[in-house]
Amino acid sequence: MDNILQEIGMENYIYLSVILFCIGVFGVLYRRNAIIMFMSIEIMLNAVNLLFVAFSTYHQDAQGQVFVFFSMAVAAAEVAVGLAILVSIFRNLNSIDIDNLKNLKG
Amino acid sequence: MNVSFILILLLFGAIATYFAGDQLAKKVALVFSLASVAGSIYIFNQHMAGIDTNFRENWISNPNLFIALKVDGLSVAMLLLTTALTSIILFSSFGNQYNNSKNFYALVMFMSFAMVGTFLSADAFLYYIFWELSLIPIYFIALLWGNGDAEERKKAIIKFFIYTLAGSLFMLVAFIYLFQKAGSLLIGDLYAIHLSGQEQFWIFLALFLAYAIKIPIVPFHSWQANTYQKAPAAGTMLLSGIMLKMGLYSVIRWQLPIAPVAAKMYMDVFIGLSVAGVIYGSVVALKQKNIKKLLAYSSLAHVGLIAAGAYTLTLDGLRGAVLQMIAHGFVVVGLFFAAEVIERRFNTQEISEMGGIRIQDNKFASMFMIVMLASVALPSTFNFIGEFTLLYSLYNANIWFAILAGTTIILGAVYMLKMFQHVMLGEAGAKVFKAVTTQETIVFVVIIAVLLFFGLYPKPINDLITPALQEIVTKINRQ
Amino acid sequence: MEKKLALVLLLAPFCGFLFNVFLGKKAGKSISGIIGTLSVLISFFATTYFFALLQSTGQPVQVDLFQWISLEKFNIDFSFLLDQLSILWLLFVTGIGTLIHMYSISYMHDDENMHKFFAYLNLFVFFMITLVMGSNLLIMFIGWEGVGLCSYLLIGFWYKNQEYNDAAKKAFIMNRIGDLGLLIGLFILGYLFHTLDYATLKTSILSNSAVLSNPLLSIAALCLFIGACGKSAQIPLYTWLPDAMAGPTPVSALIHAATMVTAGIFMVTRMHFLFDLTPYVQDIIAIVGTITAVVAASIGLVQTDIKKVLAYSTVSQLGLMFLALGLGAYEVAVFHVITHAFFKACLFLGSGSVIHALHGEQDMRRMGGLRKAMPVTFWTMMISTLAIAGIFPFAGFWSKDEILMTAFHGNIVLWVIGSIASIMTAFYMFRLMYLTFFQEFRGTEEQKHHLHESPSLITIPLIILAFLAAIGGLISLPGNSWLNHYLEPFFNKAHEAHHLGATEYTLMAIATAGALLGIGIAYSKYIKQNQLPAEDSEIKGIAKVLYNKYYVDEAYEALFVNPLYKVSHFFRKYVEEAVSGFVFGLGKLTNEIGNQGKSVQNGSIGLYLFAFVIGVSSILIYLFLV
Repeated sequence: MDNILQEIGMENYIYLSVILFCIGVFGVLYRRNAIIMFMSIEIMLNAVNLLFVAFSTYHQDAQGQVFVFFSMAVAAAEVAVGLAILVSIFRNLNSIDIDNLKNLKG
Repeated sequence: MNVSFILILLLFGAIATYFAGDQLAKKVALVFSLASVAGSIYIFNQHMAGIDTNFRENWISNPNLFIALKVDGLSVAMLLLTTALTSIILFSSFGNQYNNSKNFYALVMFMSFAMVGTFLSADAFLYYIFWELSLIPIYFIALLWGNGDAEERKKAIIKFFIYTLAGSLFMLVAFIYLFQKAGSLLIGDLYAIHLSGQEQFWIFLALFLAYAIKIPIVPFHSWQANTYQKAPAAGTMLLSGIMLKMGLYSVIRWQLPIAPVAAKMYMDVFIGLSVAGVIYGSVVALKQKNIKKLLAYSSLAHVGLIAAGAYTLTLDGLRGAVLQMIAHGFVVVGLFFAAEVIERRFNTQEISEMGGIRIQDNKFASMFMIVMLASVALPSTFNFIGEFTLLYSLYNANIWFAILAGTTIILGAVYMLKMFQHVMLGEAGAKVFKAVTTQETIVFVVIIAVLLFFGLYPKPINDLITPALQEIVTKINRQ
Repeated sequence: MEKKLALVLLLAPFCGFLFNVFLGKKAGKSISGIIGTLSVLISFFATTYFFALLQSTGQPVQVDLFQWISLEKFNIDFSFLLDQLSILWLLFVTGIGTLIHMYSISYMHDDENMHKFFAYLNLFVFFMITLVMGSNLLIMFIGWEGVGLCSYLLIGFWYKNQEYNDAAKKAFIMNRIGDLGLLIGLFILGYLFHTLDYATLKTSILSNSAVLSNPLLSIAALCLFIGACGKSAQIPLYTWLPDAMAGPTPVSALIHAATMVTAGIFMVTRMHFLFDLTPYVQDIIAIVGTITAVVAASIGLVQTDIKKVLAYSTVSQLGLMFLALGLGAYEVAVFHVITHAFFKACLFLGSGSVIHALHGEQDMRRMGGLRKAMPVTFWTMMISTLAIAGIFPFAGFWSKDEILMTAFHGNIVLWVIGSIASIMTAFYMFRLMYLTFFQEFRGTEEQKHHLHESPSLITIPLIILAFLAAIGGLISLPGNSWLNHYLEPFFNKAHEAHHLGATEYTLMAIATAGALLGIGIAYSKYIKQNQLPAEDSEIKGIAKVLYNKYYVDEAYEALFVNPLYKVSHFFRKYVEEAVSGFVFGLGKLTNEIGNQGKSVQNGSIGLYLFAFVIGVSSILIYLFLV
């Protein structure tokens, strides 16, 4: 395990996860399709998970990996609920473009 | 028996009035308010006999709050004023037909309850509740039974409501801060805490905002004229006769003794502001074309003088203020009632549409004239006693204050006589002025009797209020 | 006993007032007039009792009733004082008051509101008695403002006419300007001496030498004088008195000639101990009095309304009295007050009789030749005119002569100006007499037909007053003055008897010559050359300035009234709007913030997310970089 970190270098994991996170952020900001936004959110989530795992190894502490399992489980549940909402929105509005979802207007 | 029974009586009166139905409502309200007058006189007698009628009960243990009612000369004087004026106002409105009169009279009674509560409370929290409570009935009275265009009225009344409410919030902030310091909001505890000059200044200012809007002191007066004009006569009388006295009373009871250092330090500023109000109100009144607005501005001038006297922090000033509060209460109710009597017949408030009334009804002209002369403080009326004492106290503060505030003697005569001339004198116009009814006459006679009697013999009121004010002056001068 | 009688003295007119207010209409005109007159007569009798009492005991009567106003440092009591000065004043107030009430029974008989007239007159007498009898300055102030009120009510007695109401209002307001001065004076005195009671005030002023150097004392005296200016119609507050002639003529006689307008002189005399210590103020009083005397007299020269002439003459005579006061000759001023009350009341009542006969005509250009039709009126007015012109041996000769003599010894300039005023007085009074009573009648045929002498209720008071105007000088003959002797205890000093030398006789001669000169000019102009005053539109030059009263009213209008109304307009129009706008502005601001904030909540998820990301990133940047 140490080798992996030595070979590739801790900073590269961080770079990768930052890049992944940013991809997620820009995806959320630029795309109007709710499903794609959803996927972007998942990417952000996984970027954080990657960081967790990397640091868990770095610190020789399993807690981070335990946390990631939790996080993945919660994310799965969230996806289930979120997709269900999207399906019902699609049934109502015949679209999942978020620009059409303005009922929350104050 | 302690003083709380008057509050219970008034609250019960409000409920009973509501359930009495439209036909009986006004009579029930009058009976209860007369009973409260009798109760006030009883309390007055007990107080003069030295019997303690204070009331104090634990209310909320954490935070540490009480239902505490304080009976001293000052609060008894205000109690008498409120109950007596409420009865007069109720009786004066008998000549009007109100829709849903049970609601109307119940609200008047409820208002009286809240105002009496404000005057009696000795715990700042209770006081604050009563203070705000009194705003609710007058809001509905003015909004639902007022006159003029409904939209305009709504605008004026809502302005009044929000304005006074906003001012009161500063008072609440001040009280919360004081609670942090004192651990209780009982008035005695608030007097006892030591505050730095800086703290006193902010407390004083916060309270000042609340009271200056209520009184009102220039430039916080912009709600007044329109509200007075739009409200029904009874509402205007309640506002000008009693409600604005809440502000003045609170200055004497709460503001000055809690923050005496600030009061002393900025004395000239606040007297100056009040005196400016005297002149400003008088000058603006000169050109008013609406009789109720004119009276509103004259009231602004008069209360400015009262506030100026209170801010001199002397016994003379405070005594003059209280005397004038009572005198002004009666006189302003009389004046607004006169305007109402005319409005009942001519259906207008515009001075230019009046005239030639004296030739048709001499009795009304004479009564109106006496009340008007009292309001310009002719010697031998009650208002002269108050005005003389106030101006004398102002003189002791600074001769220029007395001279500037004294212009009200001249300007008051100018706008009042001008108004009287155009409203009452001259040839009879096309409009017929039906002679005043017995019921209207009684209202005037009672008011005139009070004004003349205490104008010649103010000693009873003096004896009542002087010890209480002496105590407050001692509190103000504590180190 | 004394206390009860003093209350009777005070309250009898008030009872008359109450009767006339509540029962007067039912009782009928005659009864209401008789009750009104009787109530004043009772006061007169009570006064004579006190006068006799004072003559026998020499002790003033003090009546304490109850405590009135309490202040921190002192109390003001409701109490009355009957001493030499107040009894003297009461004598002629109630005496002349009775006569004028009597006169009014006939004069006002055609007025439907006669009971009201008597009610007001009675109320006036009541307040006048209060003014005179009060034992401290504030009780005096009750009367002071009370007579002002009655003056307001009576000037505006014919309230259907808004011009009369304007005149009434003007009188009240001008008086109030003076009253403010008076009040400030009271405050200063109360502040310095902790009392407003005459007796205590006197002892504390005289015993406290430290206060002499206090400038406040002079200011107090000046403020009191401002009050006197308002009430006694002195420059600059005199313009109300001529307008006050809008009231019925008995009112002009009682209030605006004999009694109320002398209140200022009464007050200054009352407070003589104060004015004695403030020489600068005395100078001011003398100067103001002299200027008023000559200015008013000069306006009187060209007036054509018979009552206006008398009004300006009153202002002028009051000026002479103030001249005497300013020179410290209080008893001389008092003397002139009394003689003036006699002859001026008589003149006013006489002019009323004339106006009555002519059915309301007041313009002297429409009169003339009334001598034959109205002999009693003519002769009584003639006597009074001789008195006011200062012809030996009528009352005015003695009192005016004393004033001028005092002025001569005080300051020669004042004497010269005062003498000029006297010459003018002689001129315009005889002008009045010539225009009214001599030559041919110039009114309408209709009026001529009805010309008649007035009934006896009118002529009897005229005869009594003319008699008094003729012999009134006896009370204070130079060298042996009963009046000075009587007032000695009041002034607390023995009066040194005048020693009449050559100077005094010369002065008398000059004064008489001056009066004769004035009469002569009037005679040559209006009898010999038979001139008539020009009609209003034809008046030119100086006469026009005089006829328009030096445009003082217009100047006041432009200087004070209009700017005040402009300020009022400005306040109402702009300041009010600005203040109101500011408050509404705060409300609008809150509303606007809400509106703006609302548009952020537009429901666009993209925008929310964008804001969210920006927010989080800024927080992070802040945390890491700062």
